[in-house]
Amino acid sequence: MTTGTATLTWFARHELTLAWRDWASLMSGGKTAREYAATAFTLGFIVLLHGLAYALLQPIITGSIAITSQSLVLITAMLLATFSMMLSQAIEQVTRAFYARADLDLILSSPAAAHHLFAVRIASIAVAGTVMTSLLAAPLINTAAYLGGVGILSAYLVLAAMSMMATAISVVTAVALFKSIGPKRTRLVAQIVAAVVGAALLIGLQIVAIMSNGDLSRMTVLRSAAMMKLAPDTSSLVWIPAKAVIGQPFAVVTMFALGVAALAAVIARHAGQFGHHAVVASGTAETEVARAGTTRGFRGRSMAQALRAKEWLLLRRDPWLASQTLMQVLYLLPPALLLWRDMGPDKHVDTILVPVLVMAFGQLAGGLAWLAISGEDAPELVATAPLKPAAVMRAKIEAVLAVIGFVAAPIVIALAFVAVQSAAIALFGIMAAGCSAIAIQIWFKSTAKRSQFRRRQTASKSATFAEAFSSIFWAAAAGFAVTDYWIPATLFAVMALVALSTARWMSPRA
Amino acid sequence: MTQAAASASPSALRLADLRKSFIHPAVDGLSLTIHQGEFYALLGPNGAGKTTTLRMVAGLLKPDRGSISICGIDALADPVDAKRVMAWVPDEPLIYDKLDPMEYLEFVAGLWAMDAVKAERQARKLISILGLDSQATTRCGGLSKGMRQKVALAGALIHEPKLIILDEPLTGLDAGSARQVKAVLKERVADGATVIMTTHILEVAERMAERIGVIAHGRLIAEGTLSELSAKSGSDGTNLEEIFLSLVAKAPLALESAAA
Repeated sequence: MTTGTATLTWFARHELTLAWRDWASLMSGGKTAREYAATAFTLGFIVLLHGLAYALLQPIITGSIAITSQSLVLITAMLLATFSMMLSQAIEQVTRAFYARADLDLILSSPAAAHHLFAVRIASIAVAGTVMTSLLAAPLINTAAYLGGVGILSAYLVLAAMSMMATAISVVTAVALFKSIGPKRTRLVAQIVAAVVGAALLIGLQIVAIMSNGDLSRMTVLRSAAMMKLAPDTSSLVWIPAKAVIGQPFAVVTMFALGVAALAAVIARHAGQFGHHAVVASGTAETEVARAGTTRGFRGRSMAQALRAKEWLLLRRDPWLASQTLMQVLYLLPPALLLWRDMGPDKHVDTILVPVLVMAFGQLAGGLAWLAISGEDAPELVATAPLKPAAVMRAKIEAVLAVIGFVAAPIVIALAFVAVQSAAIALFGIMAAGCSAIAIQIWFKSTAKRSQFRRRQTASKSATFAEAFSSIFWAAAAGFAVTDYWIPATLFAVMALVALSTARWMSPRA
Repeated sequence: MTQAAASASPSALRLADLRKSFIHPAVDGLSLTIHQGEFYALLGPNGAGKTTTLRMVAGLLKPDRGSISICGIDALADPVDAKRVMAWVPDEPLIYDKLDPMEYLEFVAGLWAMDAVKAERQARKLISILGLDSQATTRCGGLSKGMRQKVALAGALIHEPKLIILDEPLTGLDAGSARQVKAVLKERVADGATVIMTTHILEVAERMAERIGVIAHGRLIAEGTLSELSAKSGSDGTNLEEIFLSLVAKAPLALESAAA
């Protein structure tokens, strides 16, 4: 064993080792033997995505990309959407750096220079953002470079620059929140800000599209004459990011230099304060005082009622749920707006609304089910209570279904005023997607603390994919059913059932 | 409780030929009887099988073989009835961070289907006895480990179980809190409850337990009062630490001869 002083490179090596093992564990569910399979699967998936990207871009890019208002607007919009997601991720990660105790107790109580650690952690957030976004964008960038010239590969540098800027903004935002509203509220507010920032641009464009054109297409807005009229001249500095993507050397260098400067300035200014913030956060983060704990007496409840009441109380107090629900509401805003606009009998708003509802509630049910079924902070208490395990599970499922019903009911009822059949299909779809997500969570149950929600995917990749596919297939089935295409609707419903059966077969409880 | 009285009273816990293996046998044919109203300490070196034994009793692990009887109820055939009369407190207090102690106790009372009025009265009494008044409405996530341990103990006691199983209950408690916990447990024993406790603090076992069982390699190697254990160990020691170390040192020999 060798020891070294806690220099920047020493900490960087340490963080890199942890990050690699974290990723390997995320991909393999902690089983080393699966790491190779996970890598092979990922590579295969990337190749497939390149094929899809080629099919998408081949009709559009037929040579080098010309610098026109339309191309600059489209590229800038894509960059803004990417940036908003990067910013959302970075805010979430920077906030977590304040609160995650993990190894901070050890490091902060050691004589090591903590600002080195935080400098590395801030930089690693930027690196992680770059890597993740590059992986997602790689099929599009590589294919565009193949079709339009290698200069487009500079888009990777643009992504790195954007990630550095997003990280810098996130650090400044988190520190500002910390100083202004205190550590107790920063966590929740930052989660909500992250959720809103991540979705705001896409949803905003959809809302503009609905208000101006009456449809959900963001492209309609970006290609509209009004947008072209609003867009600055092609020589404007506003287009530097877009020009950097196309590969203009000056723009690339400018973007990258700006990113490095922003990140370096933030690290120099704030890395030293991070230790202090982390210490303050650890002292107050969990000191939450209930408002009305002792003012009311105990309520007489049956065992099942006690379990359900506990689940609802904990769900109400879950910060993840607050931000997640807000996200769901935000994503439902555009279709709801369309519903409001299209109350006329000749419009078919339900064709858009129903699949969105089914998808959203499937995802929400998955999250809620994980919190209720796997996220149990006191598993031994519940296991030693005089209740059959089936009764405990039933109470938890009822708690989740009741929440889904409570949120979905007003929307389905409102829809029934527009189209009764569509409302019935939506109700069936929501129930099917919700029950499927709950079933998957039961089959892949892996008890963990509720605070580990973010890591729920580590338990099983199969469960994550099964949940996603099941929601998508039920949403597609509902979408086709609403438009009276019963054959594809049945086909997608069967596919959802196949996804569910496959999940059951692959589950540890099979 | 005197030895004679203890032997005459019905058993609170009876284990017969209990076995559980993971890679190696963790509990290997353990038989044990603990009488009602008894304070029993289960001692053993690390990895001896104490926690595995207690987790099987609490219904958290299924034994490979053997039987468990709790207050006359076959815990393997009728676990729900057995759990009704029993409470389990693990060494790591697993409670809900987002509930305050009163809400936690209300939830536990609900799990054991207690009458609400009685449960609330009992909860307030326990909160007071355990010195948690000022934290009664603070969410458990903000409590120290010692306080969380006391909340978990209050949860175990609220439904007045006949058998209380505690795995290292005094770990993480300061001297004052440890005294509060010991007083509460003694009071419960005086009221007729049975307490089984594992501990590495031998002084606590020596002072509080009426009988002490020593297990090693998943088997009971000695059992009795302090003086009986002293005699069995053959050591001149008068304190439990010496007796315990002597018994554990002889354990492999004792087990070999038993096997032979």
